[in-house]
Formats: sequence, C-alpha cells, structure tokens
Amino acid sequence: MNIFTTEFILGHINYWLFIILMMTGLYIVITKGNLVKKIVGLNIFQTSVFMFYISMGKVSGGTAPIFPLDGIYDPSIAYSNPLPHVLILTAIVVGIATTSLGLALIIRIREEYHSIEEEQITILEDTIFRTEHLPTVGKDEAF
Amino acid sequence: MLIVTALSVVKTRSLFAIVALSGVFSLLSALLFITWDAVDVAFTEAAVGAGISTVLMLGTIALTSRTEKQSQRSNLLPLVAVILTGAVMVYGTLDMPKFGSPDTPVQTHVGPDYLKRIPDDIHVPNAVTAILASYRGYDTLGETAVVFAAGIGVLMLISGLRRRRMDDNADEDPSDKRDTT
Repeated sequence: MNIFTTEFILGHINYWLFIILMMTGLYIVITKGNLVKKIVGLNIFQTSVFMFYISMGKVSGGTAPIFPLDGIYDPSIAYSNPLPHVLILTAIVVGIATTSLGLALIIRIREEYHSIEEEQITILEDTIFRTEHLPTVGKDEAF
Repeated sequence: MLIVTALSVVKTRSLFAIVALSGVFSLLSALLFITWDAVDVAFTEAAVGAGISTVLMLGTIALTSRTEKQSQRSNLLPLVAVILTGAVMVYGTLDMPKFGSPDTPVQTHVGPDYLKRIPDDIHVPNAVTAILASYRGYDTLGETAVVFAAGIGVLMLISGLRRRRMDDNADEDPSDKRDTT
C-alpha cells in the first residue's frame, strides 16, 4: 500500500513540523539542567501545540472569521473556524500565567539554594537530607 | 525558521541569548498564525509571548544567573525517548485529514453553526470575540480565575524577597516586574 504520495506528504507535513518542534521542546525539558532553559523548552512545546490547533482550523482559501460591517453572514465566503482560535487565545493567557509562576519559583529556589542548576540543587538536597537524618540514626544506635 | 530557532535554543549556553531566541520564536509563530487567518491569536501571541514573557524571563535572569553550566549526564537516553515519542505521534498523524480541507470533523460541527448564528445573536463582527465572550464565556471566566490564582501565587513567592534582602543588607534590589501578570 503506497500512501506516501506527494499530495499526502504536502497535506501532512505541517503536522510533522509541529511534532519536530514539540520534540525539540521536550528534549530541552528532559536534558537541560538549567531551570530557565527548561521553562523556555516548555514554552516551545506549548507553542507547537497552539500551532497544531490553529492549523486544524484553517480552511483553504478561507479568510479570517471577521464579518463585514453590515453584519450579514454570507455562506459563499469561506471563513476559517473561529473555535480553535478562541480556545488557543485562552490557552496562551493561561500559559503566560503558568510561566510566570514557574519563573517566580525559580527565583525562590535560587534564593534558598544559590543555584538554578538541577544537578547542584540535587547535591545540596542530598547533603541537607544527610545532615538532618544521619546524626539521629547514629544516636539511636549509640544508645 | 521556527525549527532553526528551537534547535539553536538547545545549543546556546548564554541564558540572555536563549531568552532573546524565545522572543524570536514567539514572533515567528505569530506570523504563522496570521497566515492561518488567526489574527486574534497572532496579536495575543505577539503581545504576550514575545512581549510579556520575554520581560518576565529577563527579570528572572537578572535576579539569578546569566549562563548555563555544562551538564554531565548522557544525552543518549533522552534522545531515544524523544525520537520514539515523535515517531508514535507521526504514526498518529497518518489518519489526520489533509491540511486546509473544509470537510474535516473540526469544520463540520459547531464551528459553522457559530458562524451562522453570530450575526443575529450577538451583532459583533469579529466571530472570535463573540464566541470568547458569550458562547464560551465560562471558559473565559475560568481563565481569569487561573490568571488570578497564578498572580496570587507569584506575589506570595516574590513578596518576601525585598524584605529578606533588606534583612541581609547585601546588595541593591532590582525592580520586580511581576505586576504585569
């Protein structure tokens, strides 16, 4: 079965480009230790999902869903679907809210640990855990 | 261009450059939204993504550090995981309708119905505004609730900062740009 015709590829290449973008964002989130960079990766991931939604609402030859001023709907004019636009408009604003919360958390973390690198934070956490728990274990065994 | 920008974010080590690149990324995506007729989304993305979030990130790196440190972990396993996930998603898109076709499930249900009813129901020429404020009003209410909660969270996390700095008497306090949320 040969589904990979030129037409098929041209009709689907936008989805594949979003997937590449999305995976780039995911890769940044997984591998990079710097917390600010992780947030940027999350933003890239998020924006690629937005593009996916908007591209689904697009109609070939369509125009932006804004009516002429006389306010009469003309079925012969193709409008792109406004519903994905609305949903993504909401999602962008919620996205900036979560991003700002994440950045505030980073500032707070930096204040406590004096670092925004994940590895150094893990090492510090480990030392804190040891100093808090190991001496008590030692005392229990001593008695 | 978007992909080149995203890939250069992976490689760059200076956080300042990364923040600038993320602004470029948002602006390019806004241009892409315009070509797909989503003008409202495009200007929101340009204002919020390229504007506010860049300012917030610059504020954060001003309060923290400027460069990223080299990570010692191996990159092989995450790369394999990411490629695998991508392959599964590409497999998922094979059943997707062609880009721009007017007879997809997205285009045949509520979307055209909204378009038909808006001129009589709401008398607002912009369909996106009409749906956002009236048919999907509860979504927008929920959105404002989320933004409000996030604003409270940010204020609670940041508010002690200036006071603690003053207690330490260490260095001057850079202006906080958090109020824009």
